[in-house]
Amino acid sequence: MKTMLAIISNALCRITGRSAGEQTVSELLIGLSEYVNLTSPPAAVLVPPQARRLPPKPPPVRPAAGGAAQLVSSRTDRPDRPGARVVASRSLSDFTPQATFDIKKCDVHRLEAGPPVKAELTREQGLQYYRTMQMVRRMELKADQLYKQKIIRGFCHLYDGQEACAAGIEAAINPSDHLITAYRAHGYTYTRGVSVREILAELTGRIGGVAKGKGGSMHMYAPHFYGGNGIVGAQVPLGAGIALACQYQGNNQICVALYGDGAANQGQLFESFNMAALWKLPCVFICENNKYGMGTSVERASASTDYYKRGDFIPGLRVDGMDVLCVREAARFAADHCRAGKGPIIMELQTYRYHGHSMSDPGVSYRTREEIQEVRSKSDPISLLKERLLSNNMASVEELKEIDIQIRKEVEEAAQFATSDPEPPLEELCNHIFSNNPPLEVRGTNPWSKLKSIS
Amino acid sequence: MAAAARLFIRGAHSTLAISGVGTGKQSSLFKLSAGCSSRLKAQRHVAHFTFQPDPPTTEYGATQKMNLFQSITSALDNTLASDPTAVIFGEDVAFGGVFRCTVGLRDKYGKDRVFNTPLCEQGIVGFGIGAATAGATAIAEIQFADYIFPAFDQIVNEAAKYRYRSGNLFDCGNLTIRAPWGCVGHGSLYHSQSPEAYFVHCPGIKVVIPRSPLQAKGLLLSCIADNNPCLFFEPKILYRAAVEQVPVDSYTIPLSQAEVLQEGSDLTLVAWGTQIHVLKEVANMAQEKLGVSCEVIDLRTILPWDTETVCKVTAAAPAVTSATVV
Repeated sequence: MKTMLAIISNALCRITGRSAGEQTVSELLIGLSEYVNLTSPPAAVLVPPQARRLPPKPPPVRPAAGGAAQLVSSRTDRPDRPGARVVASRSLSDFTPQATFDIKKCDVHRLEAGPPVKAELTREQGLQYYRTMQMVRRMELKADQLYKQKIIRGFCHLYDGQEACAAGIEAAINPSDHLITAYRAHGYTYTRGVSVREILAELTGRIGGVAKGKGGSMHMYAPHFYGGNGIVGAQVPLGAGIALACQYQGNNQICVALYGDGAANQGQLFESFNMAALWKLPCVFICENNKYGMGTSVERASASTDYYKRGDFIPGLRVDGMDVLCVREAARFAADHCRAGKGPIIMELQTYRYHGHSMSDPGVSYRTREEIQEVRSKSDPISLLKERLLSNNMASVEELKEIDIQIRKEVEEAAQFATSDPEPPLEELCNHIFSNNPPLEVRGTNPWSKLKSIS
Repeated sequence: MAAAARLFIRGAHSTLAISGVGTGKQSSLFKLSAGCSSRLKAQRHVAHFTFQPDPPTTEYGATQKMNLFQSITSALDNTLASDPTAVIFGEDVAFGGVFRCTVGLRDKYGKDRVFNTPLCEQGIVGFGIGAATAGATAIAEIQFADYIFPAFDQIVNEAAKYRYRSGNLFDCGNLTIRAPWGCVGHGSLYHSQSPEAYFVHCPGIKVVIPRSPLQAKGLLLSCIADNNPCLFFEPKILYRAAVEQVPVDSYTIPLSQAEVLQEGSDLTLVAWGTQIHVLKEVANMAQEKLGVSCEVIDLRTILPWDTETVCKVTAAAPAVTSATVV
């Protein structure tokens, strides 16, 4: 049987032009069937690879997953001269389906061993992470644009530069797990399942927004995603509480509670650490250390900048937050740690934000443009992943460009929606103050203007 | 969003010609609010009021044109110059503060006197109480009044009660806490709050809110000099918008003394901070359109407030309304 497979495999390799030994027989058969499709007129539209190939652990289906399928079918046109066609176009089996990458070793605190130093990445995963990060990047840049056009008002804290954190964490946890973060929340809102149009519509304060247009930048919520919180550090005790609920309900879920390097000096964090450790709550505390708390660099704010050690009696990991694979492996390690009932764990993600603290901060009065440029050129998370995919032949330049174009289009459409959607009506202004039945009367800006609060 | 007016009317014994006041009907006097909201929609980012400067005075010496944040800087400058124990600390005060209230002070007086704290409000106030108790004139800044709540326990349970519970052996009277206050149009939940109401039922602390640069400098210097812990809330929307001639040297404006800005016989309007400017406009409109003569009082110190002035005035003008910024 084995020799038979080997013979078939070699034959298929010769036909499809791949070097032997690189692929499994099933992959080659798929490649061959696609070859057959290409060569027999009239050729059927290629079946999208996701349907045929079964990746080892299927990631949660993303709305944008259709992108790759469209990409493939749009690129390969109907062959009328079969022989020439196959040679000219690249079939999917040209790409490496999976590769292993060396990732940076994590510093550990109170742990025997850290996450693995090698990460496996399938082609699908690579494209998915790329898509996610690129979508977050473009969404944030669009938000920047809309803010400058005064279509978004108030405060806006952008996440570009830190995309690997959101993408990596989401890749490591389940949709049924819980996540809570502070106000730099748009990336997480997206990875937790809210569409770009709902996010942008919320930023512009329209009825199609995720909080029905009542909120804004700091008020993003989704199932199992608890925001979006304005007061620095206040979300961490909440996260510990959510973890308690998970433990109490015995549902094997965990809570990921994120905070920044500025918030790391808030007292309520240490209260949460103590409670979580005392009761062995399944809580992953993640410090997104982007080196600056608003305008204050970490050295000027913290007596110890080893944020992963600040939990003292809680084990900790320091992770390269610009590498999505590093983040994923570490988050997976941390999630397993919690699910095994070992109690909380702290992760420090070393990352960087390109924008200032918020849109009213140019971001260059406390750091140099050279520094920002250096990070952009050497450690950009999207570029890192792209380089990996391209140099390991897991994707083509055209393919990624195609993804970029689609993402830009989707973001543009979302921005259109966010600009044209109507604002919520005045009647909804006071809803949801209390949970009440019947509706509550609320004073407006003077006693003669009464508004109704319904919830 | 806009400065809110909560009008509370007592007593109908007046010559008011308008009907429907207090009965829920939109009278002409208050149609201004409806007009406000439609005007607001067109210019959502601007709160509806016009800063009304006080007439210039030579009472306190030579003056200079200053806006609110410059008058605060001037007050702090005077303090650091005259009091060697004075220190200023808070989040981002070293480079000048997010509202530029402390610009230049670190360079002038040294980094041991003007320094940043980490992001920890409870720690800042607790630290300030300790420093004040030990003899330093501690001026703590809370970056926005919305963030003062982690420090609420320290203010109410520690600062306010220190003198009392130690039988006057210890006190933190040297402490002054400053915070930007009030709505600004785009601040939303956490950059717009006016939390004075939470504090004004706590004996032991003083709460002061100025309406203008001239008032701010004098009142701040009084707070610093006062032997009780003081909360000084600065209307952030006036930081740049309010420009006046402000004395360059030190001067104080007494605490717990309300100021009658305009005399009237029919109605009394009491307010503080940004709302004063709204009510001055309201008083003019009432006079022009309805022939109603309004008295306008700036409370200035909210706790302990000047009961005498307010009661004396309302004895003359029977109907009292108080308006607060929400």
